[in-house]
Amino acid sequence: MEERTNPLLGTVVAGSVEKGVDIRLDAHASVEDMVVGRYVTIEGKKRRFFGMITDIRLGVTDEDISMSPPDASDPFMVEVLDGTATYGALHVLPMLTIGGDVASIIEGPQPVKTVPSHFSRVSLASEQDMELVFGKEDSQRFWIGNPLDMETKLCLNLEELVKRSNGIFGKSGTGKTFLTRLLLIGMLQKSRATNLIFDMHNEYGWEGSSESAGRKVKALKQLFPEKVAVFTLDEENSRRRGVSTDFTVRIGFDEIEPEDIAFLRQTLNLTEAATEAVYQLRRRFGRDWIQKSLDLADADETRDILQSMNIHESSFQNLRRGLATIRRLPFIVSKAPVDAVKTILEYLDRGMNVVLEFGRHMDITAYMLVANMLAHRIYRRYQEKTEASMAGNVAPPKPLVITIEEAHKFLNREVASLTIFGTIAREMRKYNVTLLVIDQRPSAIDEEVMSQLGTKITCLLDNEKDIDSVLAGISGKNELKTVLARLAPKQQALIFGHAVPMPVPIRTREWGTEASYKEFARGLDVRQQAEKDIKELFD
Amino acid sequence: MLKDKLGEVIESSTTGFTAECYELYSLPPFGSLVKTADPPVEIYGVVCQAGTSSIEPGRRPIARGKDEESEAEIYSANPQLWKLLRSEFRVLVIGHKQDGTVYHYLPPKPARIHAFVNLCSPEEVKQFSRSFDFLDLLMNAGPQVPVEELVSATLRQMSTAQEDQRSFLVAAGKELTALLGGEFTRLKAILTRLK
Ligand SMILES: Nc1ncnc2c1ncn2[C@@H]1O[C@H](COP(=O)(O)OP(=O)(O)O)[C@@H](O)[C@H]1O
Ligand SMILES: [Mg+2]
Repeated sequence: MEERTNPLLGTVVAGSVEKGVDIRLDAHASVEDMVVGRYVTIEGKKRRFFGMITDIRLGVTDEDISMSPPDASDPFMVEVLDGTATYGALHVLPMLTIGGDVASIIEGPQPVKTVPSHFSRVSLASEQDMELVFGKEDSQRFWIGNPLDMETKLCLNLEELVKRSNGIFGKSGTGKTFLTRLLLIGMLQKSRATNLIFDMHNEYGWEGSSESAGRKVKALKQLFPEKVAVFTLDEENSRRRGVSTDFTVRIGFDEIEPEDIAFLRQTLNLTEAATEAVYQLRRRFGRDWIQKSLDLADADETRDILQSMNIHESSFQNLRRGLATIRRLPFIVSKAPVDAVKTILEYLDRGMNVVLEFGRHMDITAYMLVANMLAHRIYRRYQEKTEASMAGNVAPPKPLVITIEEAHKFLNREVASLTIFGTIAREMRKYNVTLLVIDQRPSAIDEEVMSQLGTKITCLLDNEKDIDSVLAGISGKNELKTVLARLAPKQQALIFGHAVPMPVPIRTREWGTEASYKEFARGLDVRQQAEKDIKELFD
Repeated sequence: MLKDKLGEVIESSTTGFTAECYELYSLPPFGSLVKTADPPVEIYGVVCQAGTSSIEPGRRPIARGKDEESEAEIYSANPQLWKLLRSEFRVLVIGHKQDGTVYHYLPPKPARIHAFVNLCSPEEVKQFSRSFDFLDLLMNAGPQVPVEELVSATLRQMSTAQEDQRSFLVAAGKELTALLGGEFTRLKAILTRLK
């Protein structure tokens, strides 16, 4: 085994596979230097264990000491007792084993199935250990942050990551947006996937802002103009913010289908009967059903029509109010001059990443309507293309990642089955489309959807229900709860799931300084260099 | 070596011996390390009890200084006192040495009567106290000896032979903590006497 670079911390004294191991700290190791969330290696007799500190405790060998503690001003007494009668103890959750058996020599670190034996020695994981487990920054691995208190770069394999839907969680102001921006940059640098981002607060396309630094920070298009297009629903607002937009999205009334309204039932305050009526009206009036329904005059004739469809007058009024709310949205026109879906698809086909800004239309109705409508139609195209590719020799579409915020609005128990997003989350990447969901209230998201998310990145959460829903089904849940609860209120996150061999708390990579932008440009060079190298190799 | 001899063994057993001083009152300090030889074995022990009394067990000394100016004058006026009184000390055996190796457990045989008893030199103390394994024997000194006093006195005595007195005492304290697990009050009693 490789040489140890870190000093010994202590000794394993008890443990179980289920609950983790207890480690007694050596007298020279101060509890105050230990941090929940740090990694340690345990040198077992046959293999090396890799685990995370999940709790730190003060122990006494004799209850009398806690009962009548010695005078703290007596340094001699304190020095004698330190590490003998009073000691520090760690609780460590072993997560991986390295070396020892054939499998881990061939396949790298393996999940733990046992515990290290008594008195195995424990030390902090070294930078090399971390690299061995998480891998180095390379053409597929993207540096997302650093493990707590370490210099090592924590890298995610993005090609792997985008194979499933993923989630970013955390309460407001903890760094979700910054993390998402980083991840998006990572994807456009280091994966083959293209992105479609429903950007509710105009933070991803051109520029966002940093509360703590009190200034603007660059977003995708400023750094990667050749790879990112900004679409807007509010051209005027975008122009005022100095954003160079590529396309203005208009939604035609005639494009809205009954399902789009049914899904907005809660937000539009529609009754059950009113929602039913939508389908009947569509059947009766065809494509222009909304316009025609709104045009119905308050006359006997109207009442007859409604009666013939079994629609109650009050239900109809309820529906009209809802439809009027939609009509008032400025980007809704009776007929869209250019088909937005088609345009987005053209860009995506060219490998461009599309950010759709909502401008001033930040209300949830507009966001839900547009995101659901566009995603639905785009998804259908991907479905067709994938099926075509399976049937014949057409290339399958490039993987697409759709980013949505306020995800619980789309994926709560009541509507998850109605929206396209619920379908995408459940179908995994059957049609080469996956989601990146961002939310501050994960407990409101349907459990089934949550369980389908491949990798979860969560910033600080303080609501018990939210914590439970994010950590549901993961082994060592209680221990990880402690780690999650101890994250800093900003710029720290816990990553776990498919894309990492074991859960890891990180400090998110810095974003917003000139130096940070330069680092990212360098990342691009690596990819380009790799592509160039490959080309040279085969040409 | 002969010059340093304190006295000789007058009573002996496996766990300890009693020695009489050649000079009245020339007792070694409580807790000091002494040795006696039973070639090829050297027996080490600490002074755990000391006293001066009449030679004849039945006869007790009487007060004599009523008309004297000072205590010294009592002795010069009654020179027979030097012969009628004797100083003795009791030694608890805590180890032995054979062929240059120190063992912190009891020797195979007790000391012989009339064997000379010497105070150990600082070098010998240092060699002997390289390990604290003798603490176990000290702690079991028995009911006649105040153990906390004896342990602390011994360690204080030994510390004077060390280059770094403080770290010696800290290390000894840690050893005691392990030995006295669950007996924090006793531990505290010893530790407060170590300074
Ligand atoms: N990676 C980061 N680099 C620099 N600043 C950050 C980072 N993450 C978070 N911050 C700071 O924290 C603030 C809140 O982050 P933000 O992503 O807007 O939170 P959320 O989207 O969860 O509400 C930002 O305005 C910024 O000042
Ligand atoms: Mg945000």
